[in-house]
Amino acid sequence: MTAISELVYLVAAILFIVGLKRLSHPSTARRGNLLSAVGMLLAIGITLLDRQILSFQWIIIGVLVGAGVGAWMARAVAMTSMPQMVGLFNGFGGGASVLVAAGEWHRLVQPGATLDGATAVTVYASALIGSVTFSGSMVAAGKLQEWIPGRPVLFRGQHALNLLLALGVVGVAVYLSAVAQAPAVFIALIAIALMLGVLLTIPIGGADMPVVICLLNSYSGLAAAMTGFVIHNHGLIITGALVGASGLILTQLMCKAMNRSLANVLFGGFGAPVIAGEKEKALAARGVRQVTAEDAAMMLSYAQQVIVVPGYGLAVAQAQHEVRELADALEKKGVTVKYAIHPVAGRMPGHMNVLLAEANVSYDKLFDMEQINNEFERTDVSLVIGANDVVNPAARNTPSSPLYGMPILDTDKSHNIIVMKRSMRPGFAGVENELFYDAKTSMLFGDAKDSLKKLIQEVKAA
Amino acid sequence: MLEELVILLVIFVLAMFVGFEVITKVPPILHTPLMSGSNAISGITIVGSVVVTGMGATRLAAVLGIVAIVFAMVNVVGGYLVTDRMLGMFHKKDEVKR
Repeated sequence: MTAISELVYLVAAILFIVGLKRLSHPSTARRGNLLSAVGMLLAIGITLLDRQILSFQWIIIGVLVGAGVGAWMARAVAMTSMPQMVGLFNGFGGGASVLVAAGEWHRLVQPGATLDGATAVTVYASALIGSVTFSGSMVAAGKLQEWIPGRPVLFRGQHALNLLLALGVVGVAVYLSAVAQAPAVFIALIAIALMLGVLLTIPIGGADMPVVICLLNSYSGLAAAMTGFVIHNHGLIITGALVGASGLILTQLMCKAMNRSLANVLFGGFGAPVIAGEKEKALAARGVRQVTAEDAAMMLSYAQQVIVVPGYGLAVAQAQHEVRELADALEKKGVTVKYAIHPVAGRMPGHMNVLLAEANVSYDKLFDMEQINNEFERTDVSLVIGANDVVNPAARNTPSSPLYGMPILDTDKSHNIIVMKRSMRPGFAGVENELFYDAKTSMLFGDAKDSLKKLIQEVKAA
Repeated sequence: MLEELVILLVIFVLAMFVGFEVITKVPPILHTPLMSGSNAISGITIVGSVVVTGMGATRLAAVLGIVAIVFAMVNVVGGYLVTDRMLGMFHKKDEVKR
C-alpha cells in the first residue's frame, strides 16, 4: 500500500510540473491548471484510501467546508483585489502547516511514542515557517485591503526586537528538545513565531507589497515542504519545493524591477520623503506643457503606432475598459495599438496583464519590457496612464537619482508622449519625473476614466 | 532516522532545481496566474492534514487536523478556481468575445 501511495504521489508531482510547464503560454495555460488540479485530486484521493485513516466523517466535513469557502472566494473576488486574495491563500497554507505540526507533535509526545531529534527539528521548523507565513500573510493582505495602514510602521529598536524574537524561537525549540516537552512551551514557540511574522511585515510599505506577496508565496511552499519532512511524505516535499522555487524567482524579479535589494525592501522602510536635487529644481522651474483632450485625440488619431503604458493609477481608476474602447476606436482608424507592461505596473507580478485581459484586451498585444523597449523609437505616440517612476528617464540619465539603474520603459524615445495624470504629485519614489518636462511630452491632467471617455469621444468624432 | 532525513533533503533540493527550471520559462504576462496556481499547489498540505486527522491518535490532534483540512482546502479549491477564472480571460483577438 505504501508503495502504491508513493507512486500516486509521484504521478501527482509530475502532473504539477507538467501543469506549470504549460503555463509558458496563454493558449496552453488553462489546460495546465486543470492537469495540476487532477494531480491534487489524485494526491488527496490516495491519502483518503490510505489504511491509516480511521474516521472519515470529520474529514469529509472539513473538506466540504474548506472547498465551499474557497469556491465562494474564488468566484466573488474582483480582479483588482487579486493580490490580497493570493496573500490570504498563502496565509491559509501556512496556517495548515502549523496545525499539522502541532497535531503531530501532540501525538509524538504521548506516553509510548518517541520524538527523536531529527523529527523534532522538522516539527519545530514547520511550526516556525507556517506561523510566520500565516501572520505575515494576514498583515500583508490587511495592508493591501487597507484595513491596516499601508505606510511602513516603524519604531525604535524594531530590528533588535526581531532579532530577540528569532533567538527566542531557537531558545524555546532547544528547551523543548533538551528539557521538557510541555504543551505550554510549544504554544509559546508558535506565539513568538506569529509575532515575528507580524513584525517582519508591518515595516514594509504598501507599494513594496508585490515583493512581500512573492516572498510569502515562497514561504507557503517551504511550509508545505516542511510538513512533508514532518510526516515523511515525498509528494509534499517535491510540491512544496516547486512552490518555494516559484516564489523565490518572482521575489528576485520584483526586486530587480524596482532596483532594490531584498534586504532593502524588508528592512528599509522605503517611502520617506526625498530632498529635491539641483537638477529637479531646475526641471520644476521649467514647467510642463499641457494639452486638451481634443488635441491629444488628434495626435492619437493620426499616429501609425501608439503604445499604451498603464500604471497602477489606471487600475485604481478602474479604467481598463475605457482603455480598450479607446484602442478599439483607434484601431478602426488604422492605428496599431500595443501595451507596454512594466513588471511592477500592478500590485503583484503580472497583475496589470490580468486586469487588461479582463477588459478583453487581446494577449498578443500585451508586451513586457524587454519585448517592447526597442519599439518606442518607431512609435508616434506613447500614452502613459497612471504610471510614473517606471517611465522616468532619470533611471538612465541621473546617477544621483534614487531611481538610477532601475529598468524602465523607454517612452522618452518615442516621437510624442502624452501623460495622463491626476496632478504633478511625484510617484512612489518621491522624485520629479524628467519625462514630464521633456519637450516632446504633453500632459493631460484629470481623472483617468474621465479623460479617457473624452478621448474616446474625440477620436470617434475626428 | 537521520539517514531518512538526508534522503528527504536530497529530494527537496533536487525538486527546487526542477522548480527553478520550469518557472523561469513562465512569461511575465502569466505571473499572477502562476502565483495563484502555485498557491493552490502548496495546498498539498491537505495531505498532511488528512493524515494527522485520520490517525486520530489524540482528540486534540484530530481537532487540529480538521481545522488544517479546512485551511488547506480553501487554499486548494480557491487557488485552482481563481486561476482558471483568470486564465479564461486571456484571449487572442479573433477569439475575443464582443
